[in-house]
Amino acid sequence: MTELRELYQELIIDHAREPRNFGVLANASHQHDGFNPLCGDKLTVYLIEQDGTIADIHFEGSGCAISMASASLMTQALKGKTVAAAEQLFTLFQQLVTGKASSLAVDQLGKLKVLAGVAEFPVRVKCATLSWHTLKAAIAQTNTVASTE
Amino acid sequence: MSMMTTVKQDFPVLKNKELVYLDTGATAQRPQVMIDTVDRFYCEENASVHRGIYTLSENATNAYERARDCVRDFIHATESAEIIFTRGTTESINLVAASLAQIHIQAGDEIMISAMEHHANIVPWQVCCEKYGAILKVVPIHEDGSLDEQAFAEILSARTKLVALTHVSNVLGTINPVKKLTTMAHAQGALVLIDGAQGVPHMSVDVQDIDCDFYAFSAHKMYGPTGVGVLYGKREWLEKMPPYQTGGAMIAQVTFEKTTYADLPQRFEAGTPNIAGVIGLEATIRYLNNIGMAKISAHEKILTDYATQALLSIKGLRIIGTTENKASVISFVMAQAHPHDIGTILNSEGIAIRAGHHCAMPLMDIYQVPATARVSLGIYNTQQDIDRLLQGLDKVLAIFG
Repeated sequence: MTELRELYQELIIDHAREPRNFGVLANASHQHDGFNPLCGDKLTVYLIEQDGTIADIHFEGSGCAISMASASLMTQALKGKTVAAAEQLFTLFQQLVTGKASSLAVDQLGKLKVLAGVAEFPVRVKCATLSWHTLKAAIAQTNTVASTE
Repeated sequence: MSMMTTVKQDFPVLKNKELVYLDTGATAQRPQVMIDTVDRFYCEENASVHRGIYTLSENATNAYERARDCVRDFIHATESAEIIFTRGTTESINLVAASLAQIHIQAGDEIMISAMEHHANIVPWQVCCEKYGAILKVVPIHEDGSLDEQAFAEILSARTKLVALTHVSNVLGTINPVKKLTTMAHAQGALVLIDGAQGVPHMSVDVQDIDCDFYAFSAHKMYGPTGVGVLYGKREWLEKMPPYQTGGAMIAQVTFEKTTYADLPQRFEAGTPNIAGVIGLEATIRYLNNIGMAKISAHEKILTDYATQALLSIKGLRIIGTTENKASVISFVMAQAHPHDIGTILNSEGIAIRAGHHCAMPLMDIYQVPATARVSLGIYNTQQDIDRLLQGLDKVLAIFG
């Protein structure tokens, strides 16, 4: 039960209910769709990149609480960061949600560490990482819809 | 009814009192008697079928063919040659799509399916249409999940060569009036394939009465082993159809110049079959017949009504698929929480439901939901199971308010 409480703690429910940076971003320099076929999570990530920095980042979509909260927290964490820093955070985030993050990594993740509880629910890892995979695809400007498959 | 209260004891997985299994629609739990039969086969009776001349093989062959007779009687088919053993419903449908199409589908022909179909009864026909230049027509459904019969009649035409329809929707629980629809299809000269995966576990099926040309189902959804399924096909069509898979067992004679094929049903059973699985299926059918399909239907109806009433009392919960006399499948969404979150929370309470698109993505689009939570009941479920489900949903509300 405590693992469940960890997974669905207040902050996550809050972000799922009222996701931050939600909505289309006009003048986005990059955007990409993401889809989790297992459970139907869908989202689009928009960003404005200027000189290697993420000047602004938004997302739109619908899905489970974990996918929406994760996307919301991601946009908060990445606004103003460089693309390189964002990519590094992705690696650390993946470690976090698979229970492989060192305490140093956890510190670097800041508020994102609230999703550490996902590690106890392996079937939900893809929900948590969908927005990040989509972001990565947006940065790379690939043509296919991002997926966690 | 009294027999139904002790049924749970026949299923070893359900000895775990923590578990409330509400996902029989995905796969059923298995009765001990079936497990014992398969076990005994491998321990004492194992041999290949149709070819050996020693006693062990002869016995295995007899058991295998007896199982075929058993399936024939179970679905009230005319003869055993019309019963083909496959890997499952999906393979059965693929068999018809690949084989029948060669002699029956041409450019400009139409194949009809319904909007509530499982991917197994959609994709093979899409591929078939693409390959032969045929047109796929989709019959819409009403909001309550019933088939739009008027649209069915309107779409049906002289160009329709095949109607592929589900007997029972694995999402909506809708039971389609397959006998009536088959008659309508035949009047237009169309053949009918019924996806019976969710039909056979819940009611007595009489393929002669329905008069469908093909009926497909899986053993594992009706408490039998995995890796086994059935394709029933009328002899007049199976006889004309070219083989699906080729190789050993389905041949009459092979030379490098020419090969001839076996008669029905062997022609459609290439290679060594899932012998133990087929024998396990027979044991399962005997188990079900012992209880009686009518009794099973009645029990499930009472439970489904109980569950439906209980779910409707939850604020923010919407049931998807609300036809009057539906099967024991209840899909729902909640305003407060996504199906995936519902599933995770219920799992923490030992309750197994399915959350997702249930291999029916087009249907999810029609109802404009990303996914649904689905409760599907089996012969071993009880009112206590439903009560625990409700307690679990209270927890969902507590977390998501």
